Amino acid sequence: MPLDTPAAPLLSVRDLKVHFPIRQGVFQRQVGTVRAVDGVSFDIGRAETVGLVGESGCGKSTTGLALAGLVEASAGEVTFDGKRVGTERGASLQRYRQRMQIVFQDPFSSLNPRQRVRDILRAPLDIHGIGKASERPAKVLEMMARVGLRPDQAANYPHQFSGGQRQRIGIARALMLNPDVIVCDEPVSALDVSVQAQILNLLNDLQAELGVSFLFISHDLGVVEHISRKVAVMYLGKIVEMAERDALFANPTHPYTELLLSSTPSLDPRNRHDFAASSEDVPSATSKPSGCAFRTRCPLATAECAEIEPPLTPRADGRTVACHHR
Amino acid sequence: MSAPAVSQAPADAPALDVRGVTVRITTDDGGFNVVEDISLAVAPGETLCIVGESGCGKSMTALSLLRLLPDGARVAEGAIRVGDTDLLALSERQAEDIRGDRIAMIFQEPLTALNPVMKVGAQIAETLARHRGLGRKAAWAAAVAALKGVQMPDAERRAQQYPHELSGGMRQRAMIALALACDPSVIVADEPTTALDVTVQAQILGLLRDLQRRHGTAVVVITHDLAVVAETADRVIVMYAGRRVEEATITDLFDSPLHPYTRGLMGAIPKGRAEGGDGRLTDIPGTVPALWNLPRGCAFAPRCPLAIDKCRAERPPLEDHRPGHRAACWRVDDAA
Repeated sequence: MPLDTPAAPLLSVRDLKVHFPIRQGVFQRQVGTVRAVDGVSFDIGRAETVGLVGESGCGKSTTGLALAGLVEASAGEVTFDGKRVGTERGASLQRYRQRMQIVFQDPFSSLNPRQRVRDILRAPLDIHGIGKASERPAKVLEMMARVGLRPDQAANYPHQFSGGQRQRIGIARALMLNPDVIVCDEPVSALDVSVQAQILNLLNDLQAELGVSFLFISHDLGVVEHISRKVAVMYLGKIVEMAERDALFANPTHPYTELLLSSTPSLDPRNRHDFAASSEDVPSATSKPSGCAFRTRCPLATAECAEIEPPLTPRADGRTVACHHR
Repeated sequence: MSAPAVSQAPADAPALDVRGVTVRITTDDGGFNVVEDISLAVAPGETLCIVGESGCGKSMTALSLLRLLPDGARVAEGAIRVGDTDLLALSERQAEDIRGDRIAMIFQEPLTALNPVMKVGAQIAETLARHRGLGRKAAWAAAVAALKGVQMPDAERRAQQYPHELSGGMRQRAMIALALACDPSVIVADEPTTALDVTVQAQILGLLRDLQRRHGTAVVVITHDLAVVAETADRVIVMYAGRRVEEATITDLFDSPLHPYTRGLMGAIPKGRAEGGDGRLTDIPGTVPALWNLPRGCAFAPRCPLAIDKCRAERPPLEDHRPGHRAACWRVDDAA
């Protein structure tokens, strides 16, 4: 079981799977399956930020897309505010979608270039029929102010904004429906560091003001450490370690978490890493090793790791780890 | 000291010496400078990092060092010397002889440097044949050796593959092997690890460090990432809006950054709790100005917490504030 949250969690994900068929040939026969997300479980509490960290192809973004309903989950159970979501249709799914929004990495391609900002921000209200039509323009301006955009920019098009401002528009759009959870998929990865800091501060401010929860997906350990309360580390479709933020960074337990932390450049020129020049072949989701997927890169791997996949098990200090040897 | 018998550069002569380079882009309604008055010198075995955010001119600086500027951009002023060769005085043909042989470039995206329809080994062999005059067999053998030199797993087989058949990290290794094939005295690496996962980045940084130690190459690393700077640089140039705003040794820069922009950048990086960096990040308000519409005085003044009227009126020169530590700011003494 994931970490205990004081109250019942707002969002609870159990054994989420997203599998894609690999098709080949004239008849597009299925020749295999990519298990992009392969049994992921975690909880998010109210006004809490959970970081989901991992390298490209680990399934972290697909997890976020599945929760936001943008790719179909193959299996698993999602409970939102005590109610099961996964199989719902119609009105209740619509309600869930209102309460679960997403912010994308690329603020350039996730905004319609032909729409003015005020129309981009108003669309969610129109679609979900929220408030009186006459009150919507005021709501748009209020939200623009909240994310740090000026009212005189309301008639502008996305190309008239910088990358950081565009990400503010993306965040404002996600907030229009007053959601409980926002999936943030690499929201600052495309931004310069000075602008990245603006957006991270904004997300923290919004959480304090509005009590919104974030699933914060990123490859950047520094950013995840800064913003998260809990952190889950993914490797090839699975969570390999999950812990409170400080516990994870102070005392990584899974060998993959250790590798990630020891690979991250330090900001102290007097204390440089002794990076090894050697290379290793990194497997992908289509060529996942048997047993523990990390074993081909793991210094602790034994014969057992090739045969039996280690389950994610709770440890005495409250974290959960999937490793036979730790 | 007696005069040397053969004309040989002194041991501490820079491998790359750049003086007052200005890169100008010409447009229909005139033009503007994307890089202004850049000077730098890199000794053999030394690593100089040029750090800055998008639009600061760091990539244009890198391209100018190899005379690879895109159409419309040109070096309007200055001198670039690789060893004792004046790069700007060469014909395009002569520049091609130098490029890849004595100065080479590593790109962020290996697919911009690698030919997609040519086997990896053949590309390296071609470079060796051109610059070293090796025959077909010898060039191929040297290409495989170059791939082994960058610790490409299974080098013989990889040499027979096309770039798309390699993973991102292996492609980066192949490109580094290509750049290093002729053992150049200068390597310019433009965001060499930015597109890579952190565990692969660690391998590539380790590899570059290792190769530099063995070959004594002078390296210029262009990056936006101060952590990469902290891991690699001996000296650092911080660029903003096409100009140098600070220049120092790596330890001086991290111990006591002088320019408000450098300080802002350092405050903006999320630092782990272990490094005392929890809570609010220092953000730099606003965005980088457009190079064709720079403010009159200091380009950073509109975003600077310390800006006074003088900053808005007059551009601060790059000056020594401590030995070997230069900054372009009127308020350095008030900032500390």
